[in-house]
Amino acid sequence: MKGHYLLIALIVLSLISLFIGVKEVSIKGVINLEYDELRILLLSRIPRLLSIIVAGMGISISGLIMQSITQNKFVSPTTAGTIDSAKLGILVSLIAYSNSSTIIKMLISFVFALGGSFLFLGILKKVKHRGAVIIPLVGIMLGSVVDSITTFFAYRNDMIQNITAWLQGDFSMIIKGRYELLYVTIPFVILAFLYANRFTLAGMGEDISTNLGLNYNRIVGIGLVIVSIISASVVITVGRIPFLGLIIPNIISIYRGDNLNTNIVPTILMGSSFLLFCDILGRLIIYPYEIPISLTVGVLGSIIFLYLLFRGNR
Amino acid sequence: MIEVKNVVKEYNGFKVLDNISLKINKGMVTSFIGPNGAGKSTLLSIISRLIDRDGGEVYIDGKEIRDWDSGELARKISILKQFNHINIRLTVRELVSFGRFPYSQGRLTKEDWQKVDEAIRYMKLEDIQHKYLDNLSGGQKQRAFIAMVIAQDTEYILLDEPLNNLDIKHSVDIMKTLRRLANELGKTIIIVIHDINFASCYSDYIVVLNNGRIAEEGRVDEILREEVLENIYELKFSIQNIGNNRICVYY
Amino acid sequence: MMNVKSKLYILLIAFIVLVMLFLIIGLNSYNWKYALSRRIPKIMAIILIGSSISFSSTLFQTITNNRILTPSVLGLDSLYMFIQTFIVFVFGSMKMAYLGKNFNFLVSVILMVLFSVIIFLMLFKKKNNIFFLLLFGMVFGTLFQSLTSFMQVLIDPNEFLVIQNRSFVSFNNINMDLLWIAIIGVFLTAIYIFRHIGSLDVMSLGRDNAISLGVNYDVQVKRVLIVVAVLVSISTALVGPITFLGLLVINISREFIKTYKHKYLIPGSMLIGSIILVGGQLIAERIMKFETPIGVVINFLGGIYFIYLILREGKAI
Repeated sequence: MKGHYLLIALIVLSLISLFIGVKEVSIKGVINLEYDELRILLLSRIPRLLSIIVAGMGISISGLIMQSITQNKFVSPTTAGTIDSAKLGILVSLIAYSNSSTIIKMLISFVFALGGSFLFLGILKKVKHRGAVIIPLVGIMLGSVVDSITTFFAYRNDMIQNITAWLQGDFSMIIKGRYELLYVTIPFVILAFLYANRFTLAGMGEDISTNLGLNYNRIVGIGLVIVSIISASVVITVGRIPFLGLIIPNIISIYRGDNLNTNIVPTILMGSSFLLFCDILGRLIIYPYEIPISLTVGVLGSIIFLYLLFRGNR
Repeated sequence: MIEVKNVVKEYNGFKVLDNISLKINKGMVTSFIGPNGAGKSTLLSIISRLIDRDGGEVYIDGKEIRDWDSGELARKISILKQFNHINIRLTVRELVSFGRFPYSQGRLTKEDWQKVDEAIRYMKLEDIQHKYLDNLSGGQKQRAFIAMVIAQDTEYILLDEPLNNLDIKHSVDIMKTLRRLANELGKTIIIVIHDINFASCYSDYIVVLNNGRIAEEGRVDEILREEVLENIYELKFSIQNIGNNRICVYY
Repeated sequence: MMNVKSKLYILLIAFIVLVMLFLIIGLNSYNWKYALSRRIPKIMAIILIGSSISFSSTLFQTITNNRILTPSVLGLDSLYMFIQTFIVFVFGSMKMAYLGKNFNFLVSVILMVLFSVIIFLMLFKKKNNIFFLLLFGMVFGTLFQSLTSFMQVLIDPNEFLVIQNRSFVSFNNINMDLLWIAIIGVFLTAIYIFRHIGSLDVMSLGRDNAISLGVNYDVQVKRVLIVVAVLVSISTALVGPITFLGLLVINISREFIKTYKHKYLIPGSMLIGSIILVGGQLIAERIMKFETPIGVVINFLGGIYFIYLILREGKAI
């Protein structure tokens, strides 16, 4: 769990990732500026690498923030209800805008996701004095209301399998033009870094943070916005990736305690290295075919995390 | 009497308690003092069976704690730990009434309620007994928990840093109450306490723990000596006699 | 505001009224025998499952001391969907129909209970650690979910419809034999835990205080977990993934009944759970004419009601 090892792992894995794929891209080729190889690099490999890193960092940091401000170890970014709104948006774009380009569909979903987040924050504003415990509850309930609406229409229009397919975590479709929505995440990850201190304080409770001069509600609001935007963009672009938002922050906290300030970097490094590792494996195991990342993460992640949890239980 | 024999507790290969043997005398207030991480709270938790030890035995009134039925033991010994965060909404009175659980399993008789009222009076909580805990200050909550322990009416009362969160007036009140419980009702009190002056003024016996071992133990006048304390805390101490008490100055 | 007992009476009355409505509406002198022969087992199943889920969710929240958790974090309904999807994926839906409902029920219940017991044993060897148990359960749940999603995407769309049906809770085709097995199972579990219910209130004070007050906390937690595992397994195998109901019921119960005392909270939540299910089924059947899964109705109305309750509470401050 040390920062430096994770960083080295990330760099090594990134380099490996760039050179794996169906089309031949070799180091020699890149150095000699071979046109074909550079094209693949730019159109497919680099975008893919970037989106994996961004997604890995974004989701894990969202999970960390979420757990901190709700003071609850069992929440994940999905608890903010944004993902359900994004899912509704996906349904709407599949039904009503089925002829539009992917990026338009993504933008429509994103708008829905934002709408869901505003609704969530609006409700929270009105239940301020219930303590941190109410935050995930409202998120879950609101999420399930929105989800029931989505399911209602999806069921009628036989779209359930389509939506499930869209939400399957999959990086193989990442090429230039289909993933740029992810870039939205980057400023928010930076914002998360800047606010890390304040999230830690908010995580200690309203009394302590107010005592230290913090506007508790505003910080919680900012945190939720960051979580919503990051999780929405990742889910819409890449699909659902399990574990990153819930288990990784928990593993880090078991081994390193709960100081958000010192945990942020290891968390995002672990998130992206882990994701990258699974992606590389998924591309190699049945080469030249790919195992979708949600499966590799699901299976590999389970094994790794069960082991880590077991060890951490001593 | 409580007797601790060769108790060992390890976490990750680190010995938090290393071969602790101790006898706690009845009817007295005994304070556990010592630097942070010395093992005081751990020892208290082991004595009250909250956690299990890795070696050694603990005897309460001659019977090893593993041989005691937990319900019966709850009528003999009670413990209040430092952090009490509960998720349910309770009034002070409802909380204190939980103290009668070992006797009536939740179905309180008139006698039980009398004990509850007594405990509330002891801790001067009559005015706020119907208020909800989450509307109270940290200090008031603490007093409510102590009242619950008093209502449990056990011979041995263990308290882990009971004065945290309390202002001076209430700290003094609590220590005076503990003193009364020992003097008037013959209870045996063990407290883990940070403030050495409170330990000095209100206890009969002091046990000093350091690095998982008992560094010193003895009566207040034996322990409250400059050489002794300087050794343990690695600070310069100046001990003055004020009134009947030994007061330490180490600032 | 009304006191707790009056609220329970209101709930009881609402419950009876809804059950009566369910049984009686639409009956006439021609169809009453047939209709009742279908409605009575259905309502029995609904009440049984509503009560089981509410009961186990309430107990589960007491031992985990966490208001957003329900037995679903143990991964049981993910396991259930995995089993169903696996059977269709590997053997095809024809084989599944051939094997029959009873077989499916037994296999599912046994696997789910076995799974629970294994993870409890793995983790509780030295000492009770609920936190790790929950994380373990969540990891397993995710594992099952990933494998299930993967299979679902690959499956032929016609086969997928079979699985999709399993993923939605349905009371429409309850097998009477299964119902009797379920009733017996629930009854036995209730007896097992009944004697120790008194200590639940004390357990809400947290582990340390509960032990100090003489409760055998660690043993009690194990007891509750076994009961929860059995009840959830039976209910899920009978009607599909239904643990979502638990979160709704327990939170509505807390907001509505406002008590920590399990002697009121448990029956209250069982009534609320049954009311929600009976009401949901009424709406799904008679108003939505079976075109919508009951889960959708419940999540929608229940979620909105919960949000209404807490908003109302917010204003009261």
